[in-house]
Amino acid sequence: MDVKEIIKDENLVYKKTSLMTSNVLSYCPGCGHGTAHRIIMETLDEMGLQSQTIGVAPVGCSVLAYDFMNIDMIQAAHGRAPAVATGVKRTRPDKFVFTYQGDGDLAAIGTAETIHACNRGENITIVFINNGIYGMTGGQMAPTTLEGMKTATSPYGRNLRSMGNPLKITELIAQLPGTYYVSRQAVHTPSAVRKAKKAIRLAFEIQKENKGLSFVEIVSNCNSGWKLPPVKANQWMVDNMFPFYPLGDIKVDGQLVNAQ
Amino acid sequence: MAKVQGAIVVDREKCKGCEVCVPACPTHVIELAKEVNGKGYHYAYMANPDGCTGCSNCAIVCPDGVITVYRVKTS
Repeated sequence: MDVKEIIKDENLVYKKTSLMTSNVLSYCPGCGHGTAHRIIMETLDEMGLQSQTIGVAPVGCSVLAYDFMNIDMIQAAHGRAPAVATGVKRTRPDKFVFTYQGDGDLAAIGTAETIHACNRGENITIVFINNGIYGMTGGQMAPTTLEGMKTATSPYGRNLRSMGNPLKITELIAQLPGTYYVSRQAVHTPSAVRKAKKAIRLAFEIQKENKGLSFVEIVSNCNSGWKLPPVKANQWMVDNMFPFYPLGDIKVDGQLVNAQ
Repeated sequence: MAKVQGAIVVDREKCKGCEVCVPACPTHVIELAKEVNGKGYHYAYMANPDGCTGCSNCAIVCPDGVITVYRVKTS
């Protein structure tokens, strides 16, 4: 059968969701942010929540998320997205509220807001993109940077004695009683994307049932910051990031899956 | 047995040529073109369209969401 005969509307299997705008994404080629944006929007599309959702964009590469997500969005000051989301959710408890934050935003400048929002058990969803580096400002060392990883501000690799240990913020907030669902996913292969989408769906369903805070970390690549081509950056992520940041659910139904 | 045949359409001008879709394709259908688009990226295209099964793996991993997938059953 000719390709032209297959390409017809009745044979359509997959196309970009209408909840993503037609703007060209401002991210580097191969960046996991685009996939993460899309799976969140696909989840909202499938749940029919477009008109009931308010997103909070962070500061960082994804600061322009409101240009790409076709829903109501607020852009918060650096690190303050969980605090803004708390205010939105408390004034409009009927709305679905999520924050979309990177590791420089959530795990560095916004640590206090993140930990206290999680500890209070605010009924919001936090999506956390962890690529172990400050991407937008030029690849400086972040709290989540791995030991020995070379960045613009750690050119000889991260030295634990002088620069401290990498922060596993997801495991940290999983200990807090306010969090109901905590999971770590990735978006580098089709199967990982499908699993991540399921985790995000579960997170929004928990918010629907007012059970508490749901937190999904997505381990992602930063090929510009890591100075690698996209496919090699994904491989580097599998080889180096996943042993330190293992994928899977950390807390389900308010119970830790395995004590770490 | 019914055979499944698929096809993809890549939005050439929005494709950034990141190549993430190439290893995601189980039947090695996708390659990057020698030509470039308006931004200078080598866009992805169907190099051997006969192999496509319309599994939509490439579209799912595409960070920029530029791939649309079609599928038909042929007997």
